[in-house]
Amino acid sequence: MLSEQDRQIIIELQKGLPLASRPFRLMGERLHLSEETIIKRIAFLKGSGLIRRFGAAVRHRDLGIKANAMVVWDVPGYKTDEAGGIMAGFKEVSHCYQRPRYQGWPYNLFTMVHGRTRDECIRTAEQISIATGIKKYELLFSTAELKKTSMRYFE
Amino acid sequence: MKTDQIDRKILNLIQAGFPISPEPYREIGDALGISEENALARIGNMVDSGLIRRLGAIFDSKKLGCHSTLCAMQVEESRIDEVAAVVNSYPGVTHNYLREHQLNMWFTATAQSIEDLEQMLNQIKTETGINDILSLPAEKIFKIRVNFALD
Repeated sequence: MLSEQDRQIIIELQKGLPLASRPFRLMGERLHLSEETIIKRIAFLKGSGLIRRFGAAVRHRDLGIKANAMVVWDVPGYKTDEAGGIMAGFKEVSHCYQRPRYQGWPYNLFTMVHGRTRDECIRTAEQISIATGIKKYELLFSTAELKKTSMRYFE
Repeated sequence: MKTDQIDRKILNLIQAGFPISPEPYREIGDALGISEENALARIGNMVDSGLIRRLGAIFDSKKLGCHSTLCAMQVEESRIDEVAAVVNSYPGVTHNYLREHQLNMWFTATAQSIEDLEQMLNQIKTETGINDILSLPAEKIFKIRVNFALD
């Protein structure tokens, strides 16, 4: 599926884009490829969705968005698509996934809710509850970030 | 680090759409009415301070053939550091958070195959002696947004 050339480009990209006037030319020099080829391949990888986003990953805790809660919802099977769509529409929600339930774990929809304060997160969850009609939910506030890195797909 | 209005405008711009063109920093500068040098210096400062965690690509791990899952486990308060050290030692564990819940440690695990992923979780169970790890792989994605709009 992935060509060796694209693999090499991904490995370079994992190191971070050079902070220099012609970053793609620098990347190309390391890989013995032209600047034009690098730009074309990155644009292609982005267009095909392999690169989900190209740009800066920001440590948002440093930007005043300090509270985050994983809000988990117990949604009846027939309502998951409708509820998931409504939850995804909230700007305070960054991620919304459906995940399996387990014995003792009844929650099947997961939303990451961000706010400046805990109260903001609580209010957002209340609004989502009203909008979806889902009454059974829990907020799991994070108290510590133990690790946050980017995956290295190839070495 | 303290950011000013221009820094925040740069962040808004480059979180979503970093130019994929020969002189991206010049384009960013042009968009905000500052020089290429100024744009480069500001972005460099934000990288150095850690505010920008990474400048580059966020990949779709599934499309790269990877399998990932969200895991939850219950860790005694007194063992948190020790267990976190084990869990975090795996390169496939990219995020790990403590949360206020009986299930208090939540981490993401990614591997090249389902077998590798299972093996990683089994190893974590063995090394920590904690045998109950809830593995909650995404069955459906309604939203992934990783950029934050700044005022």
